[in-house]
Amino acid sequence: MDALLEVNGLNLSFGGLQVLNGLDLTVGKGAIASLIGPNGAGKTSVFNCLTGFYRPSGGSIRLAGRRINGLAPYRITKLGMARTFQNLRLFRELSAAENVMAGRHCRTGAGALDAILGTPRHRREERAIRAAAERWLAFVGIPEASEQMAGTLPYGHQRRVEWARALATEPTLLLLDEPGAGLNSAEKGELVGLVRRVRDELGISVLLIEHDMGLVMQVSEHITVLDYGRKIAEGDAMAVQSNPRVIEAYLGREEDAL
Amino acid sequence: MSEAAVRIGRPSWSIRRAAGVAVLLAALAAVPSFANNYYLEVLSEAWFYVLLCLGLNIVVGFAGLLDLGYAAFFAVGAYTAGIVTLRLGLSFWLSLPISVAMASIAGVVIGGPTLRLRSDYLAIVTLGFGEMVRISVRNLAVTGGASGLVGIKRPSIFGYHLDSIGAYYYIFLLLAVLGVAGSHRLENSRIGRAWKYVRSDEDAARAMGINHAMVKLAAYILGAIFAAIGGCFYAAKMTAISPETFSFNQSLLILLGVVLGGRGKIPGVILGALVIVIFPELFRDIGSMRMLVFAISLLLIMLFRPAGIWPEKWR
Repeated sequence: MDALLEVNGLNLSFGGLQVLNGLDLTVGKGAIASLIGPNGAGKTSVFNCLTGFYRPSGGSIRLAGRRINGLAPYRITKLGMARTFQNLRLFRELSAAENVMAGRHCRTGAGALDAILGTPRHRREERAIRAAAERWLAFVGIPEASEQMAGTLPYGHQRRVEWARALATEPTLLLLDEPGAGLNSAEKGELVGLVRRVRDELGISVLLIEHDMGLVMQVSEHITVLDYGRKIAEGDAMAVQSNPRVIEAYLGREEDAL
Repeated sequence: MSEAAVRIGRPSWSIRRAAGVAVLLAALAAVPSFANNYYLEVLSEAWFYVLLCLGLNIVVGFAGLLDLGYAAFFAVGAYTAGIVTLRLGLSFWLSLPISVAMASIAGVVIGGPTLRLRSDYLAIVTLGFGEMVRISVRNLAVTGGASGLVGIKRPSIFGYHLDSIGAYYYIFLLLAVLGVAGSHRLENSRIGRAWKYVRSDEDAARAMGINHAMVKLAAYILGAIFAAIGGCFYAAKMTAISPETFSFNQSLLILLGVVLGGRGKIPGVILGALVIVIFPELFRDIGSMRMLVFAISLLLIMLFRPAGIWPEKWR
């Protein structure tokens, strides 16, 4: 399988603190991959490096062969990487549809003059943006939420709006930061289905960070385990679960337990 | 109105509402046929401030950026018109495109360095920019120094010389209407939504592929253009401009109109602009006490309606 995302020797430090230490990570085209690790292992920092919010101090990040480290977040999104946030970052006072429309910004181009003059381009794009918002809300299963203020939606629906918003950017790789956090077990079941549909129906590769091991083992085809900013193991669910270094990272050494 | 028109985000006005607007505009257009010069003068000023407040609303209301030096953009327009007509001897109408260009440059000058600043620092920098412009025009020869520019020629259009208060009443009314229409269209557009996104959550907006720096810059530039076009006609109406017109107090007054009415909401901003112009006139009889009464009224409004008289959330 070809690699869509290739991370080599990624380093990140804040002052003297080494957050990521020579991390290698690969996500294949059409893969569902997970990044796991104990609290503070640096998982969200990896996402922030990938999406351009943090500037890595070393290493390279390639998306479809193109080096993207050092680029601004909006450019990386335009190149095909979209993300959701660990703690929801919706535009709370705007409607669900308006939230999703944000994702269309980088795929459209009407400017202020188009808007003021009401040019055909502006009108055509507005129609398409509106239609895309409705389509993505339907895809994530909440078409009825369209006109509701995002901040007033039930938590599970807010998560779905975030998905729809990220999908609307037409990514080739979708990064999900703890998509299962705060969801009940029924919602988590639906989440697994949604991840698979994103890959199977849309052909979008998925990389997720998740704490719920049941969810991770169920959905991922490839798992990378991170501890103290280093990769300590990778492989499929079976291989990772039985890896002694992973067990140690999660449960501690035997002498620690005593 | 059809479902399709609603869906694409164009003004979804009902026929009744459109008719209401038409009647209102007809009534406003009829005002010069019966009102005396005093009323025309006050109302012209009111329409002028509607335009300025709508321009500042793009920056403060739509994009959520603070600007304490907005009068500087108004000055750019007025002085451009003055210099183009007096110093260069060109037609007044040429000063419109030139002042739009100058305002865009000024918008980039103030917007560029402040993009990374949060609101409190932004307040200081924009305040400084406003004062810089005022002090510059006060000290430059081309702007006429402290006494300003006098004898700016009034323009003609289609052989009609624009030299009566009635003419300026219509000009400023037209500018205000264009300002409302332009604001409305901007608000419901790709760029208008981008302002809301950046205002709501800058990081989330960036993650969605929005270049937050360009979006903010666009707000400063468009706001500046509104003020500059207003400034050109202000110069034509007054025929004389001086630096003190563009003081910090002027910036504050315009900001007051925006915040008072309800930033971000177009009808609120119109209302705010009317209040700041008409209110002091209503209390002209009580002489120097009127500013005190005005100030107390403002405090009361802000106490009881902190989001403005007609705020954005008032749906």
